Amino acid sequence: MPMKIENGPFWKRVEENLQNDFMRGAVAGMQDRGYVRRLGVIEELGHWEEWRSLAEQIRKHTLEHLDYYLMQLSENVTKRGGHVFFAQTAEEANDYIRRITLEKQAKKIVKSKSMVTEEINLNPVLEAIGCDVVETDLGEYILQIDDHDPPSHIVGPALHKNKEQIRDVFRRKLGYDKSSDPVELARHARETLRRDYLTADIGITGCNFAIAESGSITLVTNEGNADLVTALPKTQITVMGMERIVPTFEEMEVLVSMLTRSAVGQKLTSYITVLTGPRDEGDADGPEEFHLVIVDNGRSSILGTEFQPVLQCIRCAACVNVCPVYRHIGGHSYGSIYSGPIGAVLSPLLGGYDDYKELPYASSLCAACTEACPVKIPLHELLIKHRQIIVEREGKAPVAEKLAMKAFRLGTASPSLYRFGTKFAPSAFAPFVEDGRITKGPGPLKAWTESREFPAPNKERFRDWFLDRQKGGKPS
Amino acid sequence: MKVSLFVTCLIDLFYTNAGKATVELLERLGCEIDFPEAQTCCGQPAYNSGYVKEAKEAMKQMMRAFADTDYVVTPSGSCAAMLKEYPHIFHGDPEWEDEAKRLAAKTYELTQFLVDVLKVEDVGASLHGRATYHTSCHMTRLLGVKEAPLRLLKHVKGLELAPLPNAHQCCGFGGTFSVKMGPISEQMVDEKISHIEEVEADYLIGADCGCLMNIGGRIERLGKPIRVMHIAEVLNQRNEKRGE
Repeated sequence: MPMKIENGPFWKRVEENLQNDFMRGAVAGMQDRGYVRRLGVIEELGHWEEWRSLAEQIRKHTLEHLDYYLMQLSENVTKRGGHVFFAQTAEEANDYIRRITLEKQAKKIVKSKSMVTEEINLNPVLEAIGCDVVETDLGEYILQIDDHDPPSHIVGPALHKNKEQIRDVFRRKLGYDKSSDPVELARHARETLRRDYLTADIGITGCNFAIAESGSITLVTNEGNADLVTALPKTQITVMGMERIVPTFEEMEVLVSMLTRSAVGQKLTSYITVLTGPRDEGDADGPEEFHLVIVDNGRSSILGTEFQPVLQCIRCAACVNVCPVYRHIGGHSYGSIYSGPIGAVLSPLLGGYDDYKELPYASSLCAACTEACPVKIPLHELLIKHRQIIVEREGKAPVAEKLAMKAFRLGTASPSLYRFGTKFAPSAFAPFVEDGRITKGPGPLKAWTESREFPAPNKERFRDWFLDRQKGGKPS
Repeated sequence: MKVSLFVTCLIDLFYTNAGKATVELLERLGCEIDFPEAQTCCGQPAYNSGYVKEAKEAMKQMMRAFADTDYVVTPSGSCAAMLKEYPHIFHGDPEWEDEAKRLAAKTYELTQFLVDVLKVEDVGASLHGRATYHTSCHMTRLLGVKEAPLRLLKHVKGLELAPLPNAHQCCGFGGTFSVKMGPISEQMVDEKISHIEEVEADYLIGADCGCLMNIGGRIERLGKPIRVMHIAEVLNQRNEKRGE
């Protein structure tokens, strides 16, 4: 699955998803339950705003010295017997991983959840050389066997499916013959996956945080699948976005706590695993060979720009979980594996405005995202910056809008023009007014009156009333 | 105390009653109201749409209009939040940065001004019925004003205030969002109205005419028996004789 989801133009995707009552119910339920849970663990921790500031400082500091920490990480991984590969592009990352796979003559690969491998579209590259690639995160697994249905949420990728749909996929693809009880479904997946872990030649993981001082990687899961992926196969390949790094264990601890609280409303997840290099002599398990692939794929071009704060992201999806737009249109409407507010900021940066020009507008700028973000990314401000670029640099704004904004500038910069405009607004609107309201508006008002009444402008403006009153003296 | 009113373009043209109520309320509390005639719009419609150059011209006009004032009070959380953003927008602009800081520092949203500056929570208002309050996003999240309107409403005689479920959720206005993303905005406002109905409110009260135009316009289209009121109108309601 590349970053872009091929599911038609923006409005077609939105219209389709607005019809999907099941998906909308699932998303609303997740958001409402998650809201309460998240507030609970935030309160339990205490001093949330101070923790956010600390987390922001850590992320900012790391990004400002990214070259230093990447070098330190690379040295320490190498010191511990691992291999490090810096991939500037998706192709370079995929080529490197393919080469290792061919060298190992690997037939089966197990993977734990990784958004960056989705972004670089790794799986088809490995499948093309005859490898059986198995996703082991339950959500990712369901999507994979359902003919590569795209993820609709960066943490809960199969959020848009219900248990009956999952049972049907299991029946179709795995010969499953039991009920839609989640416990039975999970048990079946676990049994199937267990065989895959035991026979896999390579384990591929993502990386929540790499720790520069020790050359370690941190994996955060609730299913424990990443532990099997890294314990059993002889070769481990970890793929990370180049910004997913912290200086020391101390910062890792802070960010993991922010991550689990923000992502799933838990103090800690069931498994938080820190791995350093390949297995040492005497270790009972772990890979004989360890590769760390550090992916740029457009990230370094965000560094040093006004969008740099987006690289602070720790992929917790707190912004997605509070977004009222995501709530109604779901993840697939974004046309990118990165959905919700973070997706609306990140997708145009990594994939360009041609494919994602609507996303910066798919927000009411309510700032719920900015408020929820545990590392204080000013998401709604970055959406405005995108809009500014679309208007000023990309020239992609509609002509009518440009004219309206030109009129806005003239009218609001000059008090006399403003007074003139507001004075004559009632007569301009008069043909459309009925019973003091506008039900079928002209021009840009049409979109408003599709679903709402628009008030008729008052003949006596506030300023007329005020100035008259002032002239006549205040009534007692 | 001299208070300069920034009435906002929506109130100037559409919701004049909210403006009148603001004036009467503040006067009753002992303020002398000044209305700088050269005021236009805070610039938000252009700014949020990405037309920063255009927005800045409106903002400069606002700074000129309110240059000679002590307190700027506006019955809109969203417009107040926009004015508070001016220093950030004009950061590094030698001509305007200081003026932007001055205006931002003396700007208050109406309920914020009543509670924080005038130190009053009971304005002697009365309104009978069951109401719920819409916490608009910019007012709570950008301006940080959460408690003031509720404290004021708590003292309105006869008013039963029901908490709005999912109050933190946007009503779907979002300025140009409401027309650019009409079908999505419609779903958002419908969900908001379903929560208002859930608590069986006679009145929906808000402190931002953008949100009220959106929620009210949809309520009117659907023919729901819910009356939409700006908080200034509520606080200026005096069905009973003042007992002070």
